[in-house]
Amino acid sequence: MTMVSKIAEAKPDMAQVTPYKPAGQPSAAVKKAREIASRVLPPVLGLAVLLGIWQLACSGPNALLPGPIKVVQSTWPLIADPFFDHGGVDKGLFWHLFASLKRVAMGFALSSVAGILLGVLVGQSTLAFRALDPIFQVLRTVPPLAWLPISLAAFRQADPSAIFVIFITSIWPIILNTAVGVRNIPQDYRNVALVLRLSPIEFFFKIVIPATVPYIFTGLKIGIGLSWLAIIAAEMLIGGVGIGFFIWDAWNSSLMSEIILALVYVGLVGFMLDRVITVIGKMLSN
Amino acid sequence: MAAYLSIENVGIAFTGDKGTFRALDDVVLRIDKGEFVSIIGHSGCGKSTLLNIVAGLLQATEGGVLLEGREVDTPGPDRAVVFQNHSLLPWLSVYDNVRMAVDKVHGKTKSKAERHDWTLHNLSLVRMDAAKDKKPGEISGGMKQRVGIARALAMEPKVLLLDEPFGALDALTRAHLQDSLMEIHGRLGNTVIMITHDVDESVLLSDRIVMMTNGPAARIGQILDIDLPRPRSRVELADNPHFNHLRAEVLRFLHGHSPARAA
Repeated sequence: MTMVSKIAEAKPDMAQVTPYKPAGQPSAAVKKAREIASRVLPPVLGLAVLLGIWQLACSGPNALLPGPIKVVQSTWPLIADPFFDHGGVDKGLFWHLFASLKRVAMGFALSSVAGILLGVLVGQSTLAFRALDPIFQVLRTVPPLAWLPISLAAFRQADPSAIFVIFITSIWPIILNTAVGVRNIPQDYRNVALVLRLSPIEFFFKIVIPATVPYIFTGLKIGIGLSWLAIIAAEMLIGGVGIGFFIWDAWNSSLMSEIILALVYVGLVGFMLDRVITVIGKMLSN
Repeated sequence: MAAYLSIENVGIAFTGDKGTFRALDDVVLRIDKGEFVSIIGHSGCGKSTLLNIVAGLLQATEGGVLLEGREVDTPGPDRAVVFQNHSLLPWLSVYDNVRMAVDKVHGKTKSKAERHDWTLHNLSLVRMDAAKDKKPGEISGGMKQRVGIARALAMEPKVLLLDEPFGALDALTRAHLQDSLMEIHGRLGNTVIMITHDVDESVLLSDRIVMMTNGPAARIGQILDIDLPRPRSRVELADNPHFNHLRAEVLRFLHGHSPARAA
């Protein structure tokens, strides 16, 4: 017993040992600044090089497309005031994007609900899988715009048709990914549900949905990307307010700079939609 | 007198691509209330299949299982299972994993406050109350298995079914959990069926050891009574001649039925 206590006393007090720090090391603030610079600089440089090449390529007197400087110069009123509204389709870019986003929101909300429910059905029931999977596999390869004539014929109005195109374009990846997620629910979780005698509804909300969230969000992410692709194309055909029609209108008026500006906005909004879904998915799976 | 749990002439055959495979044949076993029974055998001998039949997760092809005189052929919380790989739901905290079972099983008989207390009580039985807010991904394998045991105990099952509960753990953790299980069994007097392939574990914990022959068509080869007095201590038993004799019996059986020799 005395031996033990002596050994314990002989031990150096670990708390008093200062960590080894060699002289001449950069301070924490400098390190942090370097860390940030190493992340921010490469994308800025990449963008600068791209704009430079574009400017050079389009700077000749016979250039068919405007260079970046000319784009900014000639679209400055649109960039400066995205909120003007002169009636009809003569609106600021914000309103065009907003109209497109509204259609995507409605179509995508419908396809999310229907897609997750169908995905669970197909993932859970072998009979439903055998009955529906071949249909899904064929229909999902139909390009979005091919649905537009049918949908115009059925709805006879531009807006519901566009929303239907969004719905039918984005539902397939949601169904297929949800179904894969449900089929991959470990047997252990199913056994837990069986031993606890969970009702089908409890099983759905307490096991199926939480266990499938990562798969569902993979489907939603692909779906929202496809929605955004489809709405631009659909709006070019159906007209009205919307960023797709804005591009088509600019093309008909040979306003190349406006088209390029709209493309930049389309890209940024598409990127933002993707990030939003990713962030929600991450929040829900933790 | 009828047994508390009786496994009556159970046989099971699986039909797959390569025809019919007979896993178990004519298994008869009667277990008294409060008894701790281990089922031991080589891997692939169908011992987990037998446990799953008792749990109701698999249906016997012939025979059946009676619990307190009533046939059981569907799963239920009266036969709670502790699975080999813990099967905690990773999106729920330790507390919520147990609470989910408590709410489901005792939702009608206990008030909300009682269910909360009962959840904490069972977590403290396995000494996991301090980690109750952790997610399964943040705790060790041994701790996960403790939570799995707490979840099963919280259902107040008539029979506690343990499917190689400590098989995936290192030796020290396993010893700790065996001691915990022995203490809980001593305190609560649960009826337990445990599947294992660990000879020491089976002798240390059980009242009886059921030794299975190798499949296909596995059956009970021998049943060994472990008449060591309780409470038992692994340290004292280490040089107890009777303990070593019983251990040797099990080893002899398993060696005599080793797959290598049978082939």
